[in-house]
Amino acid sequence: MSIVSTGTKGQTALLMGNDAIARGALEAGVRVVAGYPGTPSSEIIQTLADVASDQGLYVEWSANEKVGLEVAAAGSFAQLRSMAVMKQVGVNVASDFLLHLAEYGTRAGLVLITCEDPGGLSSTNEGDSRHYAKMMEFPLVEPGNFQEAKDMAAWSFELSEEVRNVVMFRSVTRMSHASGNVVLGEPSSSLMAPGSSKARFQFDGAMMDQMGGPVVTFPGTVDAMHRRQLEKLARVREIFETSPFNTYAGPDQPELLVITSSAAYLYSQEAIALLGLEERVGLLKLGTTWPLPPRLLAKYLKASEKIFIVEEGTPFLEDNVKTLWAELGPKAGTKQFFGRKDGGPLPPTNELNPDRVAQGLAEILGLPAVLPDQAYRDRANELAKSHAPFRAMTFCPGCPHRASYWVINSALKQDNRRGFVCGDIGCYTMGAISCGFNTLKTSHAMGSGTGVASGFGKLSRFGFDQPVMAISGDSTFFHAVMPALVNAVHNQADMILVVVDNSGTAMTGFQPHPGSLSDASGGALPALDIARICEAMGVKVVIADPFEMEATEKTLLDLLDETGGVRVLILRQACALSPGKKGKHQFDMTVDETVCLAEDCGCNRLCTRVFGCPGLIWDPKAKKTRIDEVICVGCGVCATICPTGAITRKEVA
Amino acid sequence: MTALQLSFDPYNLIITGVGGQGNVLASRLLGRMLVEQGYYVTIGETFGASQRGGSVMSHLRISTRSAWSPQIPHGRAHMVIAIEPSEAFRVLAVYGNPEVQVIWNTRPIHPVSVITGQAVYPSLEEITQGLNELSAQNWRLEATAQAQTMGNPILGNIMMVGALSAVSDLPLGPDIFEKTINEMMPPAKVPINLEAFAWGRAALS
Repeated sequence: MSIVSTGTKGQTALLMGNDAIARGALEAGVRVVAGYPGTPSSEIIQTLADVASDQGLYVEWSANEKVGLEVAAAGSFAQLRSMAVMKQVGVNVASDFLLHLAEYGTRAGLVLITCEDPGGLSSTNEGDSRHYAKMMEFPLVEPGNFQEAKDMAAWSFELSEEVRNVVMFRSVTRMSHASGNVVLGEPSSSLMAPGSSKARFQFDGAMMDQMGGPVVTFPGTVDAMHRRQLEKLARVREIFETSPFNTYAGPDQPELLVITSSAAYLYSQEAIALLGLEERVGLLKLGTTWPLPPRLLAKYLKASEKIFIVEEGTPFLEDNVKTLWAELGPKAGTKQFFGRKDGGPLPPTNELNPDRVAQGLAEILGLPAVLPDQAYRDRANELAKSHAPFRAMTFCPGCPHRASYWVINSALKQDNRRGFVCGDIGCYTMGAISCGFNTLKTSHAMGSGTGVASGFGKLSRFGFDQPVMAISGDSTFFHAVMPALVNAVHNQADMILVVVDNSGTAMTGFQPHPGSLSDASGGALPALDIARICEAMGVKVVIADPFEMEATEKTLLDLLDETGGVRVLILRQACALSPGKKGKHQFDMTVDETVCLAEDCGCNRLCTRVFGCPGLIWDPKAKKTRIDEVICVGCGVCATICPTGAITRKEVA
Repeated sequence: MTALQLSFDPYNLIITGVGGQGNVLASRLLGRMLVEQGYYVTIGETFGASQRGGSVMSHLRISTRSAWSPQIPHGRAHMVIAIEPSEAFRVLAVYGNPEVQVIWNTRPIHPVSVITGQAVYPSLEEITQGLNELSAQNWRLEATAQAQTMGNPILGNIMMVGALSAVSDLPLGPDIFEKTINEMMPPAKVPINLEAFAWGRAALS
């Protein structure tokens, strides 16, 4: 059992930011938790799912983030403290509901946790969801360290109840996936939100009766509801004026005022210490970043002429501080602003770190930069070039996607009509790079592969004659592919959808999805069958095993020969890291060095040069391929690739 | 409890390796051993999109005073533990300095660029020479080979923790290791991890 649920009040625990958030939610008495997995957010729901039965929670992995937020909202409407959890791109998916949710408001505390990924460490974008809080007019908070991650998560439920609206809590990778000391509080023992005795949805009141009427946004009430929403926002602003999560350290009249939030607070602290600027620079850390508290900001803005805004993401705080300064009028005085815009000194893209902030501080104050020993650095860089060969992202050893892309790529080449695949989001997005033989030619959002392919599949009247394919994972199929597939089928787009079904949401840690037989906590649930869903849409469905390469390639070639309408090929093989496969070898693999012809075999080292599984070793001295027994998981696929039969597989008894 | 002491405050430790080597577990284990004794520990982990085969790096900031940034400033590592040897160079190029110490496992995991033949993996001699040049002191362990004889190559990570306990002045003795590993692992896995820790500690004692 995790310390997240067993830890007692006053105990100090080393908690990952995501676990601190989960603990904060437990201390607030959260009851309903829903969302969709996405790095760096996934651990929050998983941690709560693991303690759901002990703590009396309802926790689900929803089909997508919009549904997740809707499920959590239902909890709030029924007087249960509720939370939706997602990564930055999920907020886009949930955003249409979010607009209406924030317009009407909430009942029991409802917190939307978004964990974002500046620098795109495990994302295909640098999306910054904070703008939704401003655009849709609800409060936004950002923790500045691990203790605050817990404390502010718990407080967000109170804030939500105080103003009866959703609260966005924004974390970033260096908060969610970093760990630090956290002093624990008391988990809430009450099953219900304060003041209620059982879950109940009240709807008998009048249209505008927020706690007792129907929860409806409606044309006739838009103006009144919007005004009510803005009154709530005004109250939030007052609450934020005195929030203990806004802190200041430094002299009364600093030469430079740093305004920061989130993980950038830790970088700013470190950068000030690195340069020894504690007596010269003031550090205003904001935990409440929308709406900004104007009196608090005015007080600190007045104290310094130079303002340096240090934040993770787009210049959100930077723009809002500048706007607030303009609103303060002449009494605020002339300011010089520094940040990520208009030449910095911070870079306009990528995540920050202590060095980037220290460089910025040094540049603004005209100080020499703090640099490591240059001679050492030059030599270390030189040795890194020669001694640390580039380690590209790749599919795991035994990954079915490598086999699937091998088959798809080979079939498209044989078909020879410049066919291509529209990509989607998952481990298989790596089909766009060499480990997937550069097979994907478009890639955008969840479900977009099928949507874009649906469009390409209607271009024949313009002379378009390239075969069109889309790829989707099993979890992505349920998340956003289904509406795109409906569109393609109904409009008779000429395309093939390949569903690479590895039986779980593999990329984020193998969470279950609607096609799985279990819920987030491991309890039994009925599974929806992708093949039957497609058949019900009136589509031809073929199921094949990507590890049976020859037969599967023939199947795909046959599908390519057919024209008109949508065909679906389901490539079914479990992820090499799936609970059923992990640590188990199906085959013992060996290379017969007397048979391996290496560079002379005519295949130009198909196994190592082209297939490139990390479980293989190319020995350039012996000029032979070998199996890396530490890495190989015994899937047996490379034995199929080897044209001379030098790689052999023996079924493990 | 004795007064908390550190040779550097914060003490900056980096554990580097390749996905699947148990890097993250080693950093959390070390963190818990130290938090249990009253230290502040901040851990920053960089693991990318691929679950296996990519570079993985954990930064540990150990302090008697406060939390620190989850990213160590450039050139400021005191100790680097490389579960995969070539990864030591990648880390030293950014975080190394002439005073840095390195504990490294000799077993390479070839990146795809080497498997395809586009790049060459350095020899053991080249790695040894390079690390002699870039560190004030370094220690090598044949951890993976030993772990294979004990039945699971992933135990190499625990051996590296044992090795660290022998050469650093961080308070990481067998007692606190045993207490922490009992909290983190199911009972059946505890004995083999105790054995791995003891082997690593003995190897550098």
